[in-house]
Amino acid sequence: MLRFAAGRLLQAIPVLLVVITATFLLVHSAPGGPFSAEKAVPAEVIKALEAQYQLDQPLWKQYVSYLGDIVNGNFGPSFKYPGRSVNELIAAGLPITAELGLYAMLIAVLIGISAGVFASLRPNTLQDYVPMSAAMLGICMPSFLLGPLLVLIFGIYLEWLPVSGWGDIPGDKILPSITLGAAYAAYIARLSRGQMLEVLSQDYIRTARAKGLPEPLIVVKHALRGGLIPVVAFLGPAFAGLLGGSFVVETIFQIPGLGRFYVQAAFNRDYTMILGMTIFFASLIILFNLLSDMLAIWLNPKLRHGSGAAKP
Amino acid sequence: MKQTIPPPLRSASVLTVCLLGFALGACGSGENRVTAGNRDGVLHWGNASEPQGLDPHIATGVPEHKIIMALMEGLVLKDTTTLEPIPGVAKRWEISDDGLVYTFYLRENARWSNGDPHNAHDYVWSWWRALQPALGNLYAYMYFPIKNAQAYYEGKISDFDQVGVKALDDFTLQVSLNDPTPYFLQLLDHYSLFPVHRPTIEKFGAPDERGTRWTFEGNLVGNGAFQLEEWKINRYVRVGRNPYYWGAGDVKLNQIYFYPTENITTEERMFRAGQLHYTYEVPVDKVAVYQEKGSGELQIYPYLGSYFYRFNTRVEHLSDRRVRRALAMAVDRQQITDQVLKAGQVPSYAVTPPDTMGYFPESDLTFDPDKARALLTEAGYPDGAGFPKTEILYNTSEEHRKVAVAIQQMWKQYLNIDVTLLNQEWKVYLDSETNMDYEISRASWIGDYVDPNNFLDMWLCNGGNNRTGWCNPEYDRLVLEAAPKASSHEERLEIFKTAEKMLLADMPVLPIYIYTSKHLINPAIRNFPKNILNQPSFKDIYLDPSAARVAEAH
Repeated sequence: MLRFAAGRLLQAIPVLLVVITATFLLVHSAPGGPFSAEKAVPAEVIKALEAQYQLDQPLWKQYVSYLGDIVNGNFGPSFKYPGRSVNELIAAGLPITAELGLYAMLIAVLIGISAGVFASLRPNTLQDYVPMSAAMLGICMPSFLLGPLLVLIFGIYLEWLPVSGWGDIPGDKILPSITLGAAYAAYIARLSRGQMLEVLSQDYIRTARAKGLPEPLIVVKHALRGGLIPVVAFLGPAFAGLLGGSFVVETIFQIPGLGRFYVQAAFNRDYTMILGMTIFFASLIILFNLLSDMLAIWLNPKLRHGSGAAKP
Repeated sequence: MKQTIPPPLRSASVLTVCLLGFALGACGSGENRVTAGNRDGVLHWGNASEPQGLDPHIATGVPEHKIIMALMEGLVLKDTTTLEPIPGVAKRWEISDDGLVYTFYLRENARWSNGDPHNAHDYVWSWWRALQPALGNLYAYMYFPIKNAQAYYEGKISDFDQVGVKALDDFTLQVSLNDPTPYFLQLLDHYSLFPVHRPTIEKFGAPDERGTRWTFEGNLVGNGAFQLEEWKINRYVRVGRNPYYWGAGDVKLNQIYFYPTENITTEERMFRAGQLHYTYEVPVDKVAVYQEKGSGELQIYPYLGSYFYRFNTRVEHLSDRRVRRALAMAVDRQQITDQVLKAGQVPSYAVTPPDTMGYFPESDLTFDPDKARALLTEAGYPDGAGFPKTEILYNTSEEHRKVAVAIQQMWKQYLNIDVTLLNQEWKVYLDSETNMDYEISRASWIGDYVDPNNFLDMWLCNGGNNRTGWCNPEYDRLVLEAAPKASSHEERLEIFKTAEKMLLADMPVLPIYIYTSKHLINPAIRNFPKNILNQPSFKDIYLDPSAARVAEAH
């Protein structure tokens, strides 16, 4: 297992290098610079600013010095927010986005697995159709629709919950977490139902039933473990997706997380910020994929004991 | 076969419901942020975006402007209703008969927010700092009416003593100008001319260094009615009363929260849910809803800003002024403001908004499709025949798109010409416009100060904001030389009228409408001025809880 992890981490280096290089080139070739403004900016001001951020150097030199900084864990200063470093901005947003992602994930897993298992117990009955139709709806409904809808109902008409913010007013974390988690809950529900149906029809389940084991024990102890494998495989990328894809929810609910910085940085041509965030998210995705693969190996005896363990 | 929900799943669901219930219960106190704020004197202000920085010599945006106006103050303030200059840090001033020398007498009781004495030397040092090229001050041109300021900024002289600002003693500041500048006192209320606290700046870096941490929470020292208490990135900036402010006894609010509300639909929902007293904007499709509701929360009033299209006069068919005038005459502005925008905007036929310091532009431009067709025929395109492919460029925005579509249809209907629309993301659009890589482009200009000069000096031959390729040396002479030398206010306005007529006769710009400020404002907010600069005076604003209750009862 350790060898497997070390190998995967080594493989991550070239992947990250490609990500950095491609982003660096794309960012610098995008029209419009970080210092362009509606009011004409005098040439001498542009010159002074470019010198300060070393943008007056040849591109390859900027690239090399940037790589050097990254190796030292320094993402550089933000262009848009003078005086703040990219590290500082990421550090400010990450705990919030991570917390939001965690709640969304909890909601997704709890609701998704419960619904999926529940539906799989009586396939093709009302008990199956209702949660699965809801799941279909959840997958189809984008967060920019679900979010405002929840806000209208619970925030404006019922006045139960705040319509925006994060940790400012009690209860303001509920709607964003549900909005972000809903689509994932729906997906997890469908995944777990499918796999549960397959597992429940296997011989060892029939054996268990024949032995007269109580049904809840069969489901939880024997079926669920196998039934969760695809869900676990999905969790890694899903969590990275939750972190990286939270910008819509963060914008709707005015949450000061990473996603909002990412979008703003792109609009502002904040080169260092875009690069820093991209590298950060790329690393997260790599890490979470690795973790979910390791978890999947641990869950699946075939992979744990067979030759599959060496496979990436 | 008995099938039930497995116990662990069941308990998990119960847990979720409990958690939700707990959170719901926790928020059931019944009092929202605005109600609590009305009681405690805390204003919740929608402020559009996260401030880039609060250094008055670097900042350029309106959100930054609002916060800086609470934290700092200039020599002179504006009466928020009449916009006439009123005493700020300077308790009075004298202007020499030739209008060239201003002497300011500063308040002896003015203090920085850390209690340090605040005097005339602060201004000399601050203005020296603001004119350091390395600082990258985009508003350096606001200093150019001051004698030798431009020469110093451009490196033509290196001795700052030659620049027209001197501290005669601790509390007397003398400023000499190049020409009599009627709007000079107004400039002093612009944050780019605000004083900064020297020891604080020097503590965190060199005076001309950009982006030091001197403006951050715990560091910033200002001289305004409020001081910086907390700055949570992308969450809020909170300011509270400054006990050392010279007029601290008259300040009514205890605190102000500035929220970065860049999503205006969320902002509107926050207002509805009692989380904001004031919104920075109102979504276009909500204007009618609030108008119908008639609650008085929607406030619309004129704004010193012009919305227009630029013509690229270097494009062959647009280099013909007859074509430009024909296009301008075939735009039904009334229909655009009444049917498309519907928020009180005023159709405009000139660049400068009317009644800018008593100035009313004279324009012969009207909506006249017949004359437009005749002009187009004269230019060689009878009934639009052979009119080259033309494109309207605008930056991505629903409002800009609607206006462009309306104009596209009008030109088809009245001139029988086809134009295409191109929208670009903000920075790409800026690049296209600055490089004159466009044919017709949407644009706007918001006044920094109330004077026609602010709208007319952008069309100078080498003006960085011209971007049309239009150049008329006689126009330059009028704006740069004749107007500053005018012997009276009336004569000066006449010269501007002549210049603007020249501009409109050639029409490198197509005026469309004058902006309005639109906000949702809680009825508890009192002393809120509706001026054309949309500039509030936070030290005068107060909250009246009874007004909010009366409004609710209705």
